[in-house]
Amino acid sequence: MYVIETERLTKTYGKNRGIDKLDLKVEKGDFFGFIGPNGAGKSTTIRTLLGLISPTGGNAKVLGLDIVSDSKKILRETGYLPSEINFYNGMKVRDVIRYSADLRGKRCGDKANELSERLGLDMNKKVSELSLGNRKKVGIVCAVQHSPSLLILDEPTSGLDPLMQREFFNILNEENKRGATIFFSSHILSEVQNYCRSAAFIKNGRIIISDRVEKLEETGAKKVTVKTDKGNEEFIFKGDIKDLLRSLSAKSPTDVTITEPSLEDIFMNYYE
Amino acid sequence: MTIYKQELRSQKIPIIVWSLSIGLLIAVCMLMYPEMKSQMEDVNEMFSSMGNFTQAFGMDQLNFGTLIGYYAIEGGNILGIGGAFFAAIIGISALLKEEKDRTAEFLLTHPVSRIRIVFEKLLSVFSVILILNVIVFVLSIGSIFMIREEFGWKEILIFHLAYLLMQFEIAGICFGISSFLRKGGLGIGIGIASMFYFLNIVANITEDAKVLKYITPFGYTEGSDLINDVNIKTEYLIPGMILMLSGILIAFIYYRKKDIDS
Repeated sequence: MYVIETERLTKTYGKNRGIDKLDLKVEKGDFFGFIGPNGAGKSTTIRTLLGLISPTGGNAKVLGLDIVSDSKKILRETGYLPSEINFYNGMKVRDVIRYSADLRGKRCGDKANELSERLGLDMNKKVSELSLGNRKKVGIVCAVQHSPSLLILDEPTSGLDPLMQREFFNILNEENKRGATIFFSSHILSEVQNYCRSAAFIKNGRIIISDRVEKLEETGAKKVTVKTDKGNEEFIFKGDIKDLLRSLSAKSPTDVTITEPSLEDIFMNYYE
Repeated sequence: MTIYKQELRSQKIPIIVWSLSIGLLIAVCMLMYPEMKSQMEDVNEMFSSMGNFTQAFGMDQLNFGTLIGYYAIEGGNILGIGGAFFAAIIGISALLKEEKDRTAEFLLTHPVSRIRIVFEKLLSVFSVILILNVIVFVLSIGSIFMIREEFGWKEILIFHLAYLLMQFEIAGICFGISSFLRKGGLGIGIGIASMFYFLNIVANITEDAKVLKYITPFGYTEGSDLINDVNIKTEYLIPGMILMLSGILIAFIYYRKKDIDS
């Protein structure tokens, strides 16, 4: 079963493109990375799936429910962490977390306390006094405290220090083991490589490739670094290895390294 | 009613500040009345001989020498301007502040329908205005009791009811307009309230502009009409209530489909 399934999903702003005939499928229980540069349409996709903006074409289902007519039911089972998160001035961390639970009509005090403790969050601080990283932590608690079936996270680690990033991914892993599907957008490809089982690349509002991470890495391509008297050269090679060796010897190299490309190398290859 | 409660909590300080400012200003004016009463003949003469200015504020048809006439003019001006501005600010910002303060993304990604958000926000707007008017009413009546003057309850109640409806109307119109906006709003709200106020002044001065009274909610809060007829002019009130309901309806329809940008 697909937890997220879009079919030619389109969102345009007047003449400007947001997403264009986007086809995306995310399986239940997956840990899915959504990769793309700024302006590729990652946030537009997420905001459309969550009903914040209406699609101008195509259709999409989240948790088997239509994103336009069943938005409320979808949101009941979803936790969302936006890339830039803001709360109501004057409220304390505790009030925001409780307000979020009240809006869901749930009591999540125990889990909220546990998450706050793990993230080192001071519940008595006013949200207006929090740094971006600490606001993110409040957002994480709000998104996770009700144990949702689907977690959608838009560039979740920005602002978090490395220790907190690790704790954050520990939490996500636990939620994933519990059965929740994790869908997160990121610029940081090592995160996707380390934690995700599947990933999709988006470019100009369209999915250019979507597969298991290990399949994406098995492209048959090689990352080649060549040292010559003229300097260093680095490129991704795909094709007959004999052709590669012939072209390398023509360069009279002083050193050659051929490795498997990282997800970042593959990403750069797609976008350059 | 989670959103409703949160809205009321967030408006605690504005309610206190605005209610005390308007209420205490009216109370101070009323406490000055016994002293002014002895000089009222001169004041009446002065105010009745200021031509268009006298007409503009309805002072040609009210007796400044009576407590109720004095209350209708002084209280009417203070509550009229203060209440209208407060209603405009509260009405225009209820929905808009979520986008302006970038909290809309937080609220709208919880399982609450947009209809419920609009309904609870609207209810909070009307409740906040009602609370302000109750506080102002208590302070005003308290000040009249303090100066031990006789007054007609009916006139005072009609007067306050009309001003309450006027504020509801302005809030309703601003609420509807705010559903189209993404930024700003405060200036537009205050601009609308000011425009209505001045339209009434123009309608009072010029006979040809009387038609404006059907548009402005200040048309049915004219002190002279309220006190002399002990009634709210329905010919001005009905179009006003239609305008208010239209604003509310527009908010319900438009906000349901509004794109919330990041």
